[in-house]
Amino acid sequence: MIGLLLAIGLLIISGIGAMIASARPRIATMIGVGGTMLGGLLGIIPAIQVLSGHAIAPIRLPWSVPYGGFYVHLDGLSAFFLIPMLGVPALAALYGSRYLSVSDGRRRLGTHWFYFNLLTACMALVLIARNGVLFLMAWEVMSLASFFLVTFDDEKEHVRQAGWTYLVAMHLGTAFLFVLFILLGKQSNSLDFDHLGSAVGMIPANAGLLFVLAIVGFGTKAGFLPMHVWLPEAHPAAPSHVSAVMSGVMIKTGIYGLLRTLTLLGPPAAWWGWLLIGIGLCSGVLGVLFALAQHDLKRLLAYHSVENIGIIALGLGVGVLGMSLPSTPLMVLGFAGGLLHVVNHALFKSLLFLGAGSVMHATGTGEIDHLGGLMKRMPWTAVTFLIGAIAISGLPPFNGFVSEFLIYVGGFEGVSASHISPMIAGLIVLGGLALIGGLAAACFTKAFGIIFLGEPRSAHPAQAHESPWAMRLPMLALASGCVLISLFAPLVFTWMEPVLVITTGLRPDQLNETLVGKVELLNYVVILGVVFMAVALILLLLRHRLLSRRQVTHTVTWDCGYARPSPRMQYTASSFVQPLTDLFAALIRTRHSLDTPSGLFPRHASLTTNTPDIWREHFYQTAFKAIVWFLARFRWLQHGHVQLYVLYIAITLLVLLVFKVG
Amino acid sequence: MNLWIELLLVSLALTNLALTSLCRLETCIRVAAAQGILLGLVTVALHSPAISLHMLVLVLGIIVLKGLVFPWLLFRAMRQARVRREVEPFVSFTWSLLIGTLALPTAMWLSSRLPAAHPSHTPLLIPVALHAILAGLLLIVSRRKAITQVLGYLVMENGIYLFGIALVGEESVLVDLATLLDVFVGVFVMGIAIFHINRTFDHIDTDRLSALKDWPS
Repeated sequence: MIGLLLAIGLLIISGIGAMIASARPRIATMIGVGGTMLGGLLGIIPAIQVLSGHAIAPIRLPWSVPYGGFYVHLDGLSAFFLIPMLGVPALAALYGSRYLSVSDGRRRLGTHWFYFNLLTACMALVLIARNGVLFLMAWEVMSLASFFLVTFDDEKEHVRQAGWTYLVAMHLGTAFLFVLFILLGKQSNSLDFDHLGSAVGMIPANAGLLFVLAIVGFGTKAGFLPMHVWLPEAHPAAPSHVSAVMSGVMIKTGIYGLLRTLTLLGPPAAWWGWLLIGIGLCSGVLGVLFALAQHDLKRLLAYHSVENIGIIALGLGVGVLGMSLPSTPLMVLGFAGGLLHVVNHALFKSLLFLGAGSVMHATGTGEIDHLGGLMKRMPWTAVTFLIGAIAISGLPPFNGFVSEFLIYVGGFEGVSASHISPMIAGLIVLGGLALIGGLAAACFTKAFGIIFLGEPRSAHPAQAHESPWAMRLPMLALASGCVLISLFAPLVFTWMEPVLVITTGLRPDQLNETLVGKVELLNYVVILGVVFMAVALILLLLRHRLLSRRQVTHTVTWDCGYARPSPRMQYTASSFVQPLTDLFAALIRTRHSLDTPSGLFPRHASLTTNTPDIWREHFYQTAFKAIVWFLARFRWLQHGHVQLYVLYIAITLLVLLVFKVG
Repeated sequence: MNLWIELLLVSLALTNLALTSLCRLETCIRVAAAQGILLGLVTVALHSPAISLHMLVLVLGIIVLKGLVFPWLLFRAMRQARVRREVEPFVSFTWSLLIGTLALPTAMWLSSRLPAAHPSHTPLLIPVALHAILAGLLLIVSRRKAITQVLGYLVMENGIYLFGIALVGEESVLVDLATLLDVFVGVFVMGIAIFHINRTFDHIDTDRLSALKDWPS
């Protein structure tokens, strides 16, 4: 425990050091990045200890804040989340040290690294906090630090807008969490997590209300539909390594909070599971559909975060439904699938964001339709991006498949159950996952195909260069993480035992019975994966061997018989997905503005498609406009006279005093 | 001993009233300085004869800061801004004096309803403290010049300080250190603000700053 606190301290101190050194960007970067990597490494050690079965004693220090207490503890659930939350920022920091160096001198990198390390430290603190006040404090600082990271390019209007959207969303979410914790602590009169649990269980309606509060509050951070609107704004605006950390791991604190609340609320009702499955299905399907229609690479990836959070919610929903029945296989498979997907998504989503950053770093644009042909120019980025793309589409042999496979098996368990409710849930989960997986594969075929294959579509990618090693290494590390998890899936699954004990509330021996059977299934998955990879490798070697004695010539792609091939003859991102977007047009409402060619020799024709977020446009903007209209009625109160403002305060205080004592 | 304390407290209340009715800034600053010194003396009188060294240092600090440093800063600001008198206050001087006088019975009534922490102290202590707070607020609300508003804050802080002594006695050191810092920062910021307002707008009339509000009407 001390080691972990030291790691958090190191993160904060190195952040402050970087800020102090901000006059010299190179030194500031060195201090900041060194601190993140060292602190991350130090902090992961106790987490591994806990997961391998060594319990660590909690630390409780007195604190003069009302209801507060510095009470921290690292249990299995915290440790499980802690590993990606410290590991990914460490890699992203290494990446960022080169990614940001282009902007040396122009901006104060010291402050950037300060907020980066503060964000990492607060994520770790959120995971180990066992007191409501401490938790909310860390939560709030985490949101604020990430706000300053998002607004790094604050001279751009759209970045400032994105920052505000993010800040407003985070504060609305946190407001719900305040209510949640106040209600939780009301009966036991303490905000220590140990006492929160005992107090609620009595009245089911109360627990239900608290669960809904947690869904809204934590779901805003996690990106559940319809609270997801900040993701497609904030992620494209932030620097890529920040998007990687925010999308890869920070939004998972929402999932962690939800799971932690579930352990506090006692036995769940069946409708909680249904709610989670519903949210998961909507987030998953709509997330991937909106991703399909995007033209900006990072916005596309942001919508995929919504999709993957949906998959996680599906898994958790199956687990919660299993708890309410109760059915051990559903419980174990649902939670295990959801939790493993948390780690997997952390790996491949940060990998993809770093890949996107490499592309943007090399070409200066994130517009998919301006890119093309980068595979030849940036082979490392292309291969690692491809691994991430296969993993995120849930295809074997990489890690995305393993966690989705567990949820699939959970769905099949549900379908083959004797009750009607798990049967329906199982069908929904199976159908939903299949649809999501298929659409995701289509979406990444589009993204990878348009960006890396073919020929450059503009001058941007034509002079692209491969990224430096400091940027390649983190991508390679994350990609090998994706491969390793899939190769050691059964082992990882058994390591999750202490986590599942906490989330399911089962005894270890009960859990083991179910685990053993599923490990066997995973063994088959691994064998198939290994065979697949071996075949691929053999084919590669064979190709190499066959070509080795011949002359190999390279020519342009799409050269099939045209007299004068031009890059404009290639598929564009929108034309590639048009069949799919047309099929789901009712859901995503893409706007077309078409300038049709006319006359015998048409001079000009154009087609622009634009897919704004329907929730943002129709729901939030209307609501916020109504609020602004209402508040504008009170504008006369703000007249700019300082004296009258003080008079308001004075009168309020006097009235309160008279009211209190009179 | 009580006689002395009461004499000092009554003088304090009189300085409050004086501040609400004076228009020459120079006199106002002098009266506020006198009030600061009186505040130090009240503290001594309340704790004598067994006054600790700690308390003595604090009293010296109060007298030096409130009696010498702040007036000096304010005089400087006044010279830089080239203002000599408060003109056309929102509430005329006569009305200010009247309201200030009415605040005295209000403060007495309020203090009679408050549970007293140290009943051994003179009964005048809390009313005078409340009166200083109210008078300070009145100054802030009713005057135009930024300097008068700083004076208002000072008077209000004096009231809070007195209140602190009345409620927590010896431990008021904590309260007081906090308020001293507060006032110091206040004077500092307002001094800079006055200077900058004056340089930018050629006046220090705070009511004319309403052009700066973020919602054009």
